[in-house]
Amino acid sequence: MRATTPRQDFVRGIWQENPVLVHMLGLCPALAVTNTVANSLAMGLATFFVLTGSSLLVSTFKRFIPHEVRISTYILIIATFVTIADMSLEAIVPDVHKALGAFIALIVVNCMILGRQEAFSSKRPVLRSLLDAFGTGIGFIIAMLMMGTVREVLGNGSFLGWSLFGPNYEPWVIFVLPPGGFFTIGFILLGLNWVERRKKQKPMVREWPEGVASEKAA
Amino acid sequence: MSGELFWILISAMVVNNFTLFYFLGLCPFMGVSARVETAIRMGAANIFVLTITSICAWFLNTYILPYAPYLRLISFIVVIASLVQIVEMTIKKISPKLFRQLGIYLPLITTNCAILGFAIFATNKGYGFLQGLSYAVGAGLGLTLALVLMASIRESAELSDVADVAKGTALVFIIAGCLSLAFMGFAGLLSTT
Repeated sequence: MRATTPRQDFVRGIWQENPVLVHMLGLCPALAVTNTVANSLAMGLATFFVLTGSSLLVSTFKRFIPHEVRISTYILIIATFVTIADMSLEAIVPDVHKALGAFIALIVVNCMILGRQEAFSSKRPVLRSLLDAFGTGIGFIIAMLMMGTVREVLGNGSFLGWSLFGPNYEPWVIFVLPPGGFFTIGFILLGLNWVERRKKQKPMVREWPEGVASEKAA
Repeated sequence: MSGELFWILISAMVVNNFTLFYFLGLCPFMGVSARVETAIRMGAANIFVLTITSICAWFLNTYILPYAPYLRLISFIVVIASLVQIVEMTIKKISPKLFRQLGIYLPLITTNCAILGFAIFATNKGYGFLQGLSYAVGAGLGLTLALVLMASIRESAELSDVADVAKGTALVFIIAGCLSLAFMGFAGLLSTT
């Protein structure tokens, strides 16, 4: 593993290696519960809590976890934190808990969390792991908010429940329904790809592949 | 009774399709949907694991969890994962051919969100043993259907002229969106019952 500074550990996950938009991890919640901004935020925060908690615990106890059963141990630790999050949400904000439904429990199988434990917390000191978890968690919240904003504004004409365009706006309902989730992430990735290519391609002149050029000449 | 089972199956298969409606099991949907043949095998492995899961979930819900509801999540994961592991070893011993076709996918999908999601949904709906089984088969068939459709579309998309920016995951998501849109048409099926 290459050496990193604490600052890199923190910043990396936020945008450059964003778990959802770059690594395609944790897609299920990112598509399923982002139909309003409030739900996205709640899901993001719950995942942030679980990720931070499990990173802290895994990196603290990494010396005592036998290598052969490490994955099962991580899953058990994650499941414990998810149960805590599930019960706290049910007690504090029952409405949100109802809206998110089974997807709170499904944070357990969010590959992003297990991925961070396996790739980072199981090998690094406690503070570094916490920084990494904060960064990745914030990156996840940002991706969730991007999805949630696009879907709520287009599909409902509102942001966090406040109407944006007045009563004459005809909502684009498809965006709060399941297909809208696929379309939104598809177009966000399309946009990111485009920006990335623009950045890379600026100095290059686009050339025809071999064969096409000779055909053109002929 | 059998009519009810049939509607549970149909509803899990097309109306509330796990991948296209609940977004469960997206990782294999993106990962192994490049070719039709692998998609079919993955689907078969999914049906298999879901059936085992439904039996496990029913057993846990009936005999153990009433006494310790806070253990639901943990016990689902542990029991399902270990049972699939045991079945996998048994298949390896009894039928190496079947193992070669399904085996590599089994560990991949054990901790897949579709499997845990299924166990939780079936619990929330309060399904009994037979209802759970038919829900499992329906969900499995639905996943297979979505995978195979996606794989066939991707095979043809490979040959068509797609803009460079859209190649890769972006295109797959937009195709999935169209598929999901098409599956919404099935929603009318259930209101008639």
